[in-house]
Amino acid sequence: MILLIGATSIGLILALLALGVYLSFRIFNFPDITADGSITLGAAVTATLLAHHWAPAVATLAGFAAGMVAGTITGLLHTKFKINELLSGILVMTALYSVNLHIMGKSNVPLLNESTLASQAEQVASYLFRGPADLNVLGWPVSIRDFAVLSGVLALVVLVGLLLYLFFQTNLGTAMRATGDNPQMIRALGVSVDYILILGLALSNGLIALAGSLLAQYQGFADVQMGIGMVVWGLASVIIGESLVGGRRIGLLIVGAVMGSILFRQLVAIALRWGLNPNDLKLITAGFVFVALVAPALLRKFKSAPAKPAAA
Amino acid sequence: MLEIANITKTFHPGTPNEVRALRDVSLRLEAGSFLIIIGTNGSGKSTLLNAVAGTFLVDEGQIGLAGHSITRWSEHQRAKLIGRVFQNPFSGTAPNMSIAENLALAARRGQPRGLGWGLTRKLRQELQARIRTLNMGLESRIDNPIGTLSGGQRQALTLLMASWLKPELLLLDEHTAALDPKSADQVIRLTHEIIQRDRLTTLMVTHSMQQAVNLGNRIVMMHRGRVLHDLQGPERARVRPEDLLKRFDEVRRREQLDPAVADMLQKNYV
Ligand SMILES: Nc1ncnc2c1ncn2[C@@H]1O[C@H](COP(=O)(O)OP(=O)(O)OP(=O)(O)O)[C@@H](O)[C@H]1O
Ligand SMILES: [Mg+2]
Repeated sequence: MILLIGATSIGLILALLALGVYLSFRIFNFPDITADGSITLGAAVTATLLAHHWAPAVATLAGFAAGMVAGTITGLLHTKFKINELLSGILVMTALYSVNLHIMGKSNVPLLNESTLASQAEQVASYLFRGPADLNVLGWPVSIRDFAVLSGVLALVVLVGLLLYLFFQTNLGTAMRATGDNPQMIRALGVSVDYILILGLALSNGLIALAGSLLAQYQGFADVQMGIGMVVWGLASVIIGESLVGGRRIGLLIVGAVMGSILFRQLVAIALRWGLNPNDLKLITAGFVFVALVAPALLRKFKSAPAKPAAA
Repeated sequence: MLEIANITKTFHPGTPNEVRALRDVSLRLEAGSFLIIIGTNGSGKSTLLNAVAGTFLVDEGQIGLAGHSITRWSEHQRAKLIGRVFQNPFSGTAPNMSIAENLALAARRGQPRGLGWGLTRKLRQELQARIRTLNMGLESRIDNPIGTLSGGQRQALTLLMASWLKPELLLLDEHTAALDPKSADQVIRLTHEIIQRDRLTTLMVTHSMQQAVNLGNRIVMMHRGRVLHDLQGPERARVRPEDLLKRFDEVRRREQLDPAVADMLQKNYV
């Protein structure tokens, strides 16, 4: 139970990463690798500000804003300097490694004694429930802290998902979806594709940095290595989400990305429980994304193959 | 009014692939006139339309439209003044978005797009009414993805989108070439209706001599990046499809001469 609550909390936090990856990879078809750097950037900025006793809400927003700046730079590299999509992301991601080290001043910033969104949520919950350290949920003892963090994160992710959904129904958001779907058409309707792409990448990396910021507060530290492989994790969640909800309505896909992220973290938690070597996690995730990417084409091949002998 | 003055466009200049797609082209189009452009493959018709739309900037010359000098404007800036339908039915619409969403995007062509609600109920009713005028039965399917429609239906909708906000100039580049004859007829009829109703200044490229003769009030024939013939007024009124085909034959005959000689002859001829 504790395992599942933890996995669900992390899954919800990384759902913001999945939403960011969904925005760049799926809406724009832009394979944005910046994510590995911007998730750490969000964590680094928030952790450093918290270590300087800033208010957790402000420190979190600052992490989000820093991610937007990173996304903007990737967008500018691609649109203004015509650097290939992957390379733009790789350049910013690589640069961010140094930037993150500078921000933190060392490779790891612990937050154990700082006030964070997690500790604030815990305070609110223990005020509401007046005291007991453990709650009883369906017969299982759950610590107040786990419960508070899970509810807080859930509320936040629902809010972000809802705002994102509403944004995609506005004039600007509709234009953003159309930009990914058919840039030639949206340009002929008077929209600057460059501007929309930069804005979209800023939003995407803002969300990803927000995930990093929350992750640092949840696990109690920021680490310069924590972003490695995150794009692939986000992509895995998006792919799982798409197969969970089917269809292509934007609202469903947003819900799917969140569900995909939670399910993915739970699978990971269970696999680790069963004795999977944590070092193999990234290899297996990469393998999973590979299979998910090639499987649809292979399936189509198998389906159309028997038609040939019939025709002959 | 559209005023094209001495525009030149060379692709891949200074390389073996150099193509002089537009060579000193000038055209003046009065407001409300409907110009048909014909010409052999590769004669520069699409390049001319793209130059006006701003797909690329011209190497030399000036382009003026409705009182603005748009020579250095980017494509999306020009879209404020220009409505466009492409040859490929896939080019003009966003396939994964609904019919209603596509039209809602077109209803703000060239206008700022902020955080206002995209598909308001008022707009939905308005676009349903306009889609009904197409007589294609699409008004009951406005929430379906536009990618599920046929090419003819998509071109009809693209035409509606391009003309939703009355453009200063409508650009049509072989917009029926990819359609079956019946759909092509339908789209041509719609084109005629819309242009007549809104008195749109129009540039239309076609390979159909029938369309060239039946539509519009002026015919320009392009060849090797130049305007070769410009038929207006009584001359245009008299012209029949056979006359146009004859002019194509002339071009073809001249083509068989040495290109250098042909070029020289052409210069004297024009
Ligand atoms: N973006 C481009 N890059 C390089 N060459 C180009 C480009 N666009 C057009 N061209 C070349 O310019 C010339 C004119 O092309 P254009 O497309 O304008 O011809 P067209 O008259 O529209 O022909 P068609 O009837 O086949 O559509 C051709 O030789 C073409 O290969
Ligand atoms: Mg063409």
